[in-house]
Amino acid sequence: MIEIFNLSKTYYMGENVIHALKNVNLNINEGEMVAVIGPSGSGKTTLMNILGCLDIPSDGTYRLYGEKVNCMRDNQLADIRNRRIGFVFQNFNLLQKLNALENVELPLIYRGMSARERNRRAKAALESVGLADRLDHKPSELSGGQQQRVAIARALVSDAPIILADEPTGNLDTNSGKEILSILKRLNNKGSTVVLITHNNNIAMNAKRVVRIQDGEIIEDREVS
Amino acid sequence: MAIKSILSNKARSFLTMLGVIIGVGAVIAAVAMAQGTTKGITDTVESLGTNLVQITITGRNTSRDVTYSDLKEFADQNSEYILALAPQVSGSFTVKAGRTNRTVNVIGTSPEYEIVRKRHIMSGRFILHYDVEFRQKVAVIGTAVAKTIFNDLDPVGKDLKIGGQIFTVVGILEEIAEGREQSSDDQIIIPVTTAQRFMRNVQIRNFALEATEAGYMDLVINMINTFLSKYYKDENSYRVFSQEQILSILNTITGMMMVVLGGIATISLVVGGIGIMNIMLVSVTERTREIGIRKAVGAKKRNILIQFLIEALMVTGIGGLLGILLGVGIIKFLFGALGIIQEVYSVMWIMVSFGISLLVGVIFGIFPAYKASNLRPIEALRYE
Repeated sequence: MIEIFNLSKTYYMGENVIHALKNVNLNINEGEMVAVIGPSGSGKTTLMNILGCLDIPSDGTYRLYGEKVNCMRDNQLADIRNRRIGFVFQNFNLLQKLNALENVELPLIYRGMSARERNRRAKAALESVGLADRLDHKPSELSGGQQQRVAIARALVSDAPIILADEPTGNLDTNSGKEILSILKRLNNKGSTVVLITHNNNIAMNAKRVVRIQDGEIIEDREVS
Repeated sequence: MAIKSILSNKARSFLTMLGVIIGVGAVIAAVAMAQGTTKGITDTVESLGTNLVQITITGRNTSRDVTYSDLKEFADQNSEYILALAPQVSGSFTVKAGRTNRTVNVIGTSPEYEIVRKRHIMSGRFILHYDVEFRQKVAVIGTAVAKTIFNDLDPVGKDLKIGGQIFTVVGILEEIAEGREQSSDDQIIIPVTTAQRFMRNVQIRNFALEATEAGYMDLVINMINTFLSKYYKDENSYRVFSQEQILSILNTITGMMMVVLGGIATISLVVGGIGIMNIMLVSVTERTREIGIRKAVGAKKRNILIQFLIEALMVTGIGGLLGILLGVGIIKFLFGALGIIQEVYSVMWIMVSFGISLLVGVIFGIFPAYKASNLRPIEALRYE
């Protein structure tokens, strides 16, 4: 349901022109688990930002569930980020002043959900990542692995079908990293579409399909078992 | 959400609010002071009755000024309309009895003064027509004079030196200002004719009269104008005031005071508002990451705008409420501790200042809120 056709993204930094993405084509179906791997500067983060509707392409089309995203307005993009896509970032990106439960409730607040309903769903999401006993902890009181699990719970809470994870294990130790990957795999088994961005081959091998990107172009796209 | 963010940095929130608190407090205290001080005067003026007319003569007549007998004749001829007329001649003199001496305000007038000024005696007697006719050296003194010159002795019947001449005290005036010095209780009243001679034929510059009915006020004023024009050719050399006019002048003065004070307070609110805008801009910059995260999980521009706007409104709203408390506190302090003004609360002004403080929040909060809402998510998320 993700269809990217001839996508390009160009930046202008002063006098320099940077072609972050050049004529990229990519299709991802529901339920897939895809790893996008490439060195830094390859354009993988730019691709993820466009997939996640945080940025719009300079050229080409991006269709999500059949709808053209590249010509959507700000508010529509915000809606998609709220309902269809869940982000997991390398540095967790949790709000420091809110506790775990409130962080997970955040997307639901912007959906206008009642407090009781938000509370129920957020608790359920945190339970599914094994943090039922840490609801009232603030991010500063949680370990890196726990914070990332809260971020995953937040990505799940609005029943978003797509999870975009940008270097989710980058700031974690090996064990926590393994835990996070297994959670993502479990979610994929349950039906979520997972797109994983990384520069690490070993991590990429956790997915079922690997897309290699370099200098703004896709150089490889194959299934792995 | 807004309350949380205000509480999270109490010191900064409070300092931001300070401008609004002081501005609102100043407006309320200032308005109350303006109204309170004039109310004191207004009450006194009103208590003298609405049929009072006061006349001041500022010019001189080279051949003949108006005398007490002229005035008395005028009043007697028109007694249907004029209830009582009392002239007033005044000066400050050294007053002495025994070893004490001080400077006191002395008023030369006639028995009608009691009626026209509603000032009565509490012991002894007032000035009589006989005293006026025969230029008697008699004096009626206020309680402050009695206390400071005669201490605990009963002054009635005793001698008092006024400006070097010996007078006899015949009465004590009713206390109306708690016997404070330099107040209406700190006066001496002597017959007008005695005063004129003693003050070397001083001109009668002030007199007051009471009309028999309110309906005759305009007529009486006309009559006075006609009467005086015979003595003073220039209309500007005398002024006739009815109580109504005095009250309306007081109202104008109050109005002007309020405009000036209101203007100053508004400036203070604007300064406070600028401070708020400044802090909010800093706050937006500090929370760039947070805004990026919120947008990433689905917050729309208007969600962010409203979030920051509400925070600004809460700061100014709470500041406004605290300012009201401050203003009321100042009034109570001035009234209670210093006894300066009357306690007057204008509910309308309290509501207006609160409304203005909210308006300040909107006006100075909208720009930072707008900036916040327009942050681009990707750049915001990259911000350290």
